[in-house]
Amino acid sequence: MARNEASAPRCILKFEDVSLQFDQPRPALDRVSFEIWSGETRIILGAAGSGKTVMMKIALGLLKPTSGRISVMGQEVTHFDERQWYDVRSRIGVLFQEGGLFDSLTIEENVAYPLLNQARFMTAGKKPTLDSVRPDVQEALNFVELGNTLNKFPSELSGGMRRRVGIARGSVADPDLFLYDSPTAGLDPITANTIITLLIKDREMRNSTAAIITHRFQDGHLMANFRYNPEKECLEKLAADSPIREKTKFMVMKEGRLVFEGSEAELDACSDPYISKFSMHPARKVS
Amino acid sequence: MLDWLKSPFLTFQEFVLLAGRATVNVVRRPFYGQDLFLQMDTIGVGSLPITVLIGFFSGVIMALQMSRALSQYGATGQVGQITAITLVREMGPVLTALLIAGRNASGIASELGSMKVSEQIDAMRALGTDPVKKLVTPRLLAMCVTLPLLTIIADFVGIVGGYMVAVPLLRLTTGSQYWNNAWRSLEYNDIAQGLIKPLLFAFIIALVGCLYGMRTTGGTQGVGRATTQAVVVASVWIFIVTALVTRIFVNL
Repeated sequence: MARNEASAPRCILKFEDVSLQFDQPRPALDRVSFEIWSGETRIILGAAGSGKTVMMKIALGLLKPTSGRISVMGQEVTHFDERQWYDVRSRIGVLFQEGGLFDSLTIEENVAYPLLNQARFMTAGKKPTLDSVRPDVQEALNFVELGNTLNKFPSELSGGMRRRVGIARGSVADPDLFLYDSPTAGLDPITANTIITLLIKDREMRNSTAAIITHRFQDGHLMANFRYNPEKECLEKLAADSPIREKTKFMVMKEGRLVFEGSEAELDACSDPYISKFSMHPARKVS
Repeated sequence: MLDWLKSPFLTFQEFVLLAGRATVNVVRRPFYGQDLFLQMDTIGVGSLPITVLIGFFSGVIMALQMSRALSQYGATGQVGQITAITLVREMGPVLTALLIAGRNASGIASELGSMKVSEQIDAMRALGTDPVKKLVTPRLLAMCVTLPLLTIIADFVGIVGGYMVAVPLLRLTTGSQYWNNAWRSLEYNDIAQGLIKPLLFAFIIALVGCLYGMRTTGGTQGVGRATTQAVVVASVWIFIVTALVTRIFVNL
């Protein structure tokens, strides 16, 4: 599953002056521009209603922007219709706020869903069978340490377990970009750290590109400063010159606008009262 | 005034667009055969007992009501004809459709509504599948196949119900006269409108249920509201459409 790390970096997601206006006077997204390059981890911070989820839905083509341009994996997708978007979306993994699992399907069917229903896995218009994709499903579930839940239903799992199944479902098709919408929201700190550990593990094993929407500054701090140790199966602090530090960038959203973009050090150094709410005060840092 | 009209017009526009997309998807790959059979089982087989019951009692009531009126004119022998015509033309299609609207338009709206509020529809789109193709088209097709069949069963059971009242119970006529009358009275015109109506009702019930389900907002309360609206709107349109179709067939 690991990608070729030596490959040249390419732009995975690009927003150029993207705005979205609903019926309200204030735009939900106001001229937002940024780029996410391959191998990068982008932490998107912001208060509730600041436009983080709207931005994610625009990146997935679930909402159409009022103005601006969007490119996904070098492809201009701004004016794509729903049918053209299906191909683009099949290369993006996504974890919704509440997991977004299909509650009438078993965990196995949920995780197998992208493999069974996406056009790129079909041969001559025929879907693969559940039996044929079972090894991939089992591997994805083992990765999130839920390999024994194949025949359970989402309602039988806890909130944290459902998120982990969501991560397995999002990563089973080996996406080029993974969008996580509040992966730790509403979870206790221990479960939240388990989820972030999985995200770090995924980053290291697949060299994946990810955008993580969160309002917990600890999530971003862990992503920027820790790596997964497969031998000890735990997190350990990154070396000061690790390239991962540079590849983890932070964004802060406020009322639909992008008000900060930069590294963790720059975020910590920022004196803006709103932005500093999302930075790690030196006293709060996890060692 | 314009603002007041805007919302129903927008809803109607959404309905037409959804109908178009769902119908076009019937011939587009991939096909979700398993979902189609599951829906046919839920809508068709699941509604069969209650349809038979309602169909039977509508025939019984029709024969009971007619027994008094017909005896005043000494025409009790015509009870088979009246029961058959009323059931096949109007009562069978409309009662079955109302029953299915109450049972399945609500079921569809609440199921899709719950999926909408728990982001399952967004997840479906994000995972590269078209929710209209996966959710709406199988329900529409299943409804179009099963509702006419259920109506035929309700019509037949209703005529049997009328027979039970007219012959063994009230002895208004003989068995052979009842069936002979019922059979001879039905013309192609009656059969045609009796089958066209359930097909149109199937479109209304499935699409109204899906439309109100898929545009649900506002959490669990929104699901309840969508379900109620779906049943009310589907029922009202059933009456409007039956009036229009009857108007056309009366002139033929």
